[in-house]
Amino acid sequence: MRRILALAMSCVLVLGILAGCGNGNSSGEGGSDGEKVIKVGVFECTTGENGGGGQLEVNGIKYANQIKPTVKIGDEEYKVELVISDNKSDKSEAANAASYLVNEGCSIVLGSYGSAVSIAAGSVFKEAEIPAIGCSCTNPQVTLGNDYYFRVCFLDSFQAKVLAYYAIEQGYTKAAVLTQVGDDYSIGLGQFFQEYFVEFGGEIVSSQSFPANNSDYSALLQNVKSSGAQCVFAPSSITAAPVILQQAQSLGLEAVFMGPDTWDNADMINTAEGGAAGCTEGLICSTFFDDSGDDVADFVNGYKEAFETDTVNVVTALGYDAYMAAIQAIEAAGSTDGNAIRDALTGVSFTGVTGPIAFDQNGDVAKDSAVLKTASGGKLVYADTVTVTDVQ
Amino acid sequence: MDLTTFFQSCVTSVSIGSAYALIAIGYTMVYGILRLINFAHGDIFMMAGYFTIFAMSNFMLPWYVAIPLVLAMTALLGVVIERIAYKPLRSAPRMSIMISAIGVSFFLENFATYLFTGLPKSFPGIGFLQIPMEWGSVKLQSVSIITPIVTIVLVVALMTLVNKTKIGMAMRAAAKDFETAQLMGIKINRVISFTFAVGSVLAAVGAILYFSPRPMVYPYSGMMPGLKCFVAAVLGGIGSIPGACIGGFIIGAVETFLVAMFPTLSGYSDAFTFVLLILMLLVRPTGLLGEKMTDKV
Repeated sequence: MRRILALAMSCVLVLGILAGCGNGNSSGEGGSDGEKVIKVGVFECTTGENGGGGQLEVNGIKYANQIKPTVKIGDEEYKVELVISDNKSDKSEAANAASYLVNEGCSIVLGSYGSAVSIAAGSVFKEAEIPAIGCSCTNPQVTLGNDYYFRVCFLDSFQAKVLAYYAIEQGYTKAAVLTQVGDDYSIGLGQFFQEYFVEFGGEIVSSQSFPANNSDYSALLQNVKSSGAQCVFAPSSITAAPVILQQAQSLGLEAVFMGPDTWDNADMINTAEGGAAGCTEGLICSTFFDDSGDDVADFVNGYKEAFETDTVNVVTALGYDAYMAAIQAIEAAGSTDGNAIRDALTGVSFTGVTGPIAFDQNGDVAKDSAVLKTASGGKLVYADTVTVTDVQ
Repeated sequence: MDLTTFFQSCVTSVSIGSAYALIAIGYTMVYGILRLINFAHGDIFMMAGYFTIFAMSNFMLPWYVAIPLVLAMTALLGVVIERIAYKPLRSAPRMSIMISAIGVSFFLENFATYLFTGLPKSFPGIGFLQIPMEWGSVKLQSVSIITPIVTIVLVVALMTLVNKTKIGMAMRAAAKDFETAQLMGIKINRVISFTFAVGSVLAAVGAILYFSPRPMVYPYSGMMPGLKCFVAAVLGGIGSIPGACIGGFIIGAVETFLVAMFPTLSGYSDAFTFVLLILMLLVRPTGLLGEKMTDKV
């Protein structure tokens, strides 16, 4: 028995060494060709609570990398190499994952899905003087006071305002809010929504929170039901959302569910519908991107073909835009130096698949509209577009 | 709190409490015999969730084929874990085997992440568990009624097994005194394997009943229920099967009613479970039904 075990262990070891060789060779070849490489860090959560969304964002970045695999710095063609680091959706892992990218010598970093981890890693990038472009981290804290953090999506305050405005427009006067403890994204959105909903003349009848990795929301939802709320704003991850929706249905809760950009995710809707048909019907979520538009058809079709999927998620589009913004900045800077790229980022201006991209002095993108989607028959469909001027 | 909320909370707490009870029994049985807190138990529960998904969603087996298959697979997993990670350490200090259990727990979580990715998978709907029911203004699914019934039936069956059968007697003997039991001709390895198999089957039943109304399985989904059921087992008196059962129901009720009565404290419902553990350990370290432990000299 022991001998077999020893044999098995040595096989594993040998395999490990061989695998190591494989990697070594490939990077060696890259170097021997005289090809120059610029490293772009991908700071994303590919596992953990937000693993589902993070992976889709990484796919968008990978697709952009396929479309534009090289960048011209000065007169030389550099190959763009993606270095992916998983922050495991965990605030305490975030700094480790960020330091890994710094040590790998990345010139610029993209990500992450989820504001909490982005906030946690912000200081690492700032100290290392490497610019970072957030794709879908919508909490104001991400870029505030950090000259090295940029982002291509709108802010939670805007998103919450749009949803609060829409709820009032629909004639709802009583709203309930459900947020996740310890999740900056969820708490931030919840607070903004409460403020704006009250400002627009509504009343918050129930405000509750649930711990991370919770799996039973019945008691919370029962409280919502007895509070008489007409709509429920539940900023939550796509792991939590389907369970909330299903349990709300089995409790017979009839209030309209409203969610933030995380909910614009076909997998989330499918998962929820798979467990309890009809539980997503009528939900409202705000998002950045309408994949049915004509001007984004090339991107949508190209991505669908490359990744053999039939849906293009909003975070995928944002990942794509973030990568393109990074490439533009690197070209404009004409250097692989972090500071030069950061300075160049402030001058970047182009039309991405999620709309015009240009950064203000805070590092936020100047977007003035949000798309609202609703679920109908188990699919997310375009509902409305709300612009800044509407909600003022 | 109005009457509807009260009754709805009762239904919720009994349904979740009985699922906890099933998992807690696994902790308590293994502890009774090996004096080992099997930290991997929560992850065995998670794996049972994945087995069900594969059996029903990927291989499209009907539930009456899938459920026995899942139970068998989970029992096998429990036994294999015991053989690989715990048996070689039988004569090692108790701490080593506990650390091995923590290692198995991490292994299963990461192995599941590797195999099934970190993305949550949706748990398949099992028809007879999802019949919507209405009782006055209280709405529930059949699973909320089936879960406590299944739990009570299984606990009674398990008690009969332990108290009335030959293998049960062997288990009790092993729990009382490991070495003497061995000297009396009890095949101790077989008894231990059997214990792990039974514990894992209960975890699998618990998984099916737990995930059915909370249909989201991901590699870490066994962590929190696992910890809570460990608390339940300690609360009821670790080593005692009825104790684990009562502990499970208490945790379920405390968790639900805390949220129902104090909505503002809802975010702390998990924390409260662990406060309960600390209080219990301070006031009555042996738990509600636990025996006073007399150390053998």
